[in-house]
Amino acid sequence: MTTVAVKPATMAQALTRAMRDAMAADPTVHVMGEDVGTLGGVFRVTDGLAKEFGEDRVTDTPLAEAGILGTAVGMAMYGLRPVVEMQFDAFAYPAFEQLISHVARMRNRTRGTMPLPITVRVPYGGGIGGVEHHSDSSEAYYLATPGLHVVTPATVADAYGLLRAAIASDDPVVFLEPKRLYWSKDSWNPDEPQSVEPIGRAVVRRSGRSATLITYGPSVPVCLEAAEAARAEGWDLEVVDLRSLVPFDDETVCASVRRTGRAVVVHESGGFGGPGGEIAARVTERCFHHLEAPVLRVAGFDIPYPPPMLERHHLPGVDRILDAVGRLQWEAES
Amino acid sequence: MTVMEQRGAYRPSPPPAWQPRTDPAPLLPDAEPYRVLGTEAAAKADPGLLRRLYAELVRGRRYNAQATALTKQGRLAVYPSSTGQEACEVAAALVLQDRDWLFPSYRDTLAAVARGLDPVEALTLLRGDWHTGYDPHEHRIAPLCTPLATQLPHAVGLAHAARLKGDDVVALAMVGDGGTSEGDFHEALNFAAVWQAPVVFLVQNNGFAISVPLAKQTAAPSLAHKAVGYGMPGRLVDGNDAAAVHEVLADAVRHARAGGGPTLVEAITYRVEAHTNADDATRYRGDAEVDAWRDHDPIKLLEHELTTRGLLDDAGIQAARDAAETMAADLRERMNQDPVLDPMDLFAHVYAEPTPQLLEQRAQLQAELEAEGETP
Repeated sequence: MTTVAVKPATMAQALTRAMRDAMAADPTVHVMGEDVGTLGGVFRVTDGLAKEFGEDRVTDTPLAEAGILGTAVGMAMYGLRPVVEMQFDAFAYPAFEQLISHVARMRNRTRGTMPLPITVRVPYGGGIGGVEHHSDSSEAYYLATPGLHVVTPATVADAYGLLRAAIASDDPVVFLEPKRLYWSKDSWNPDEPQSVEPIGRAVVRRSGRSATLITYGPSVPVCLEAAEAARAEGWDLEVVDLRSLVPFDDETVCASVRRTGRAVVVHESGGFGGPGGEIAARVTERCFHHLEAPVLRVAGFDIPYPPPMLERHHLPGVDRILDAVGRLQWEAES
Repeated sequence: MTVMEQRGAYRPSPPPAWQPRTDPAPLLPDAEPYRVLGTEAAAKADPGLLRRLYAELVRGRRYNAQATALTKQGRLAVYPSSTGQEACEVAAALVLQDRDWLFPSYRDTLAAVARGLDPVEALTLLRGDWHTGYDPHEHRIAPLCTPLATQLPHAVGLAHAARLKGDDVVALAMVGDGGTSEGDFHEALNFAAVWQAPVVFLVQNNGFAISVPLAKQTAAPSLAHKAVGYGMPGRLVDGNDAAAVHEVLADAVRHARAGGGPTLVEAITYRVEAHTNADDATRYRGDAEVDAWRDHDPIKLLEHELTTRGLLDDAGIQAARDAAETMAADLRERMNQDPVLDPMDLFAHVYAEPTPQLLEQRAQLQAELEAEGETP
């Protein structure tokens, strides 16, 4: 297959390319969801797929998220690999019962005889000025459900590699796409061979010695920016991009924290009951004697996602991260 | 200047043409539930099929009684009996070809057994040693589904996938009257009709969703009427008339297999026993009502038809009962043996490859078991 290389490519283009390559390589891969066909998705992530593979494999479904995921379950039971698009984070909630009661546990219920290789793509997170119900950070709901893998890319290359890995996985994967990174560009060359790693490995995006920023998805570029800004303060920050929340890469995270002795977890979703609490606990349990300060969290506020004109106050930004980094110069109260 | 500002400039034109997408008339159910037994239609029924239905009904009734007894002995955590509804259970199983798929709800153990599933394996969920005891692929039976109506979209998806692959497969999905109120019921029927998926939806209207009667469940003239709104035929059938249920389902399966799309079948039946052993049915219904339905019993109806027409004699009745008793004795004996469980199975089927976190937890349990001396 020849393709016109778009350089630099966007994350949305890399995701499209991942689905196209997966469909070309495996005739059981089907894409389905509301508006994914003729329109190419409201974010155009499925653009061109219906034209290339036909309506039987790229299906505009009725507008019903439980029905979309529920029928995908049946299709997977018959040997297909559905890639399901939930149009926006908050639109996915009607499908929760199918996800939790069936998708996540069909392998378990049937003693391994009926695995469900379903990829659920969920555009998530804020920063695009969306009105209510268009900007939720819903990852905490998914990672609390055994049986699901939960991954989220932060780079164009990872968008491709992780989505290919998700579609190839014999288990269901909730694939969280950071909406505000859809148009982020990279010098990713779609014509070069792409690496597809197994799900579950974090990567160090920036090496540093003074503290570790543990983050994922839309907060990765923010943390990298904060790390650059922190140099002026004399901080040399390491940035770990989790890429996968389930499974969680304790090894990479803890190796980093043991090197730096300090850690801040950064994410957009609310802090209370959010992923940061779990990550901070894991790091503390494993790295207690290496820690020079408590593991801090920089998260969204514990509020319903704010209206677009106020969201900049909610989203963790460079200043809030730097403030937390400052607090890592922690001294016990006497 | 906008149109609104140009006073008098707007000339209303007729609205764009509208027409119904589907002629509703052929989709409407009959005014009365369809019946075969005791009518002229019975003469046309296949005697072999009627005798087979009879044997399965008798066996099914015995299975229900035995399973209920096992709950009283503490051998089953719970058993939602289908006593009184055996005609629906058996007909649903017998109407399908081997390659077809059955999607049962939690009350439809009997349909799974009638389709060929080992009676003990069918009870694994209810005994509590695993969630689904059987391999769904072996007899093409989806796992018994506890959340209401959530298995219906699975049936649609499977049937759709089969058709995409060019396979001649029909899915039959079972749901109760209460389940028709769930959103998944609506979404499944809508998807099935839009996709023209080869699916048959069988609603067993047994009068109650635990304690809530149908009148508090729906204001529709019948549950079969709901089909019209989706653009599929709705059929109303006497759910205690095994021959009628089988005929209506056979029509629907044929229709689906021929590419005609889905059908919604409402079978009017009655749950003679309580919802489960945890339910007190005397709180919401009287003896007179139950007795009336005991009289309109699926086994009595078919037995009367067969004996009247000389298709069954006392020896035949006894043979059916003996076969049922043999099944029950075998079930009792095997269920009275404690299942052999391996606690390490807890981690075996969560993911294809256990996560590092699960590997740690597995090691923890292993250590606990070794400390307790439970493993060699």
